[in-house]
Amino acid sequence: MARIAGIDISKNKRIVIGLTAIFGIGKSSSQKILKKLGISEDKKVQELTDDEINQIRSEITNNLKVEGALRSEVQMNIKRLMDIGTYRGKRHRRGLPVRGQRTRTNARTRKGKRKTVAGKKKATAKK
Amino acid sequence: MARSLKKGPYIDFKLLKKVEKLNKSNKKTVIKTWSRACTIIPEFIGHTFAVHNGNKFIPVFITENMVGHKLGEFSMTRTFRAHSGQRKEEKAGGVK
Repeated sequence: MARIAGIDISKNKRIVIGLTAIFGIGKSSSQKILKKLGISEDKKVQELTDDEINQIRSEITNNLKVEGALRSEVQMNIKRLMDIGTYRGKRHRRGLPVRGQRTRTNARTRKGKRKTVAGKKKATAKK
Repeated sequence: MARSLKKGPYIDFKLLKKVEKLNKSNKKTVIKTWSRACTIIPEFIGHTFAVHNGNKFIPVFITENMVGHKLGEFSMTRTFRAHSGQRKEEKAGGVK
């Protein structure tokens, strides 16, 4: 089990795939890292030497923003939009889609589970 | 699609002229404008614009954070309508 950037990487995956377990690293940045370090993408995580793992680790800490730092950056960006009172910020606050999608139907990812509004009060009790 | 970089940001020329005039004379008056598509540039900081939303003019005070956005982003064109009994909406309204 290799631990990189505070995340355990499962050992029987190929290293390209294994690195994508880290928030902020997708397939393409994973490929970029390995190409730069000259490590074969097809190596399994358990086959890596300690030296190679350390190389990957330092590459990530030096050149990429991952995990907590990245998450907080995203949150800061959203917060900025909300604070200055943009349309996008208001959509974030309301939990509605931000990029102009329709809301008459769909938009369930942003709006969450359907809250039926009928004549009865039941809908509110559900929270 | 994003605007071509070659052209630079879209700035309403007439609006910019008005702002420059104010900057020169160190005055701060509210500038009425319909130009919602105009990008906010550093020169605008500290001014108040009355941005038309199709119905009336919404006063927008420009701060440093707003640079790079468009004037229209700060002047809502729609009224938000929600059912009264819903908790979530209540919360959202409260924050506002």
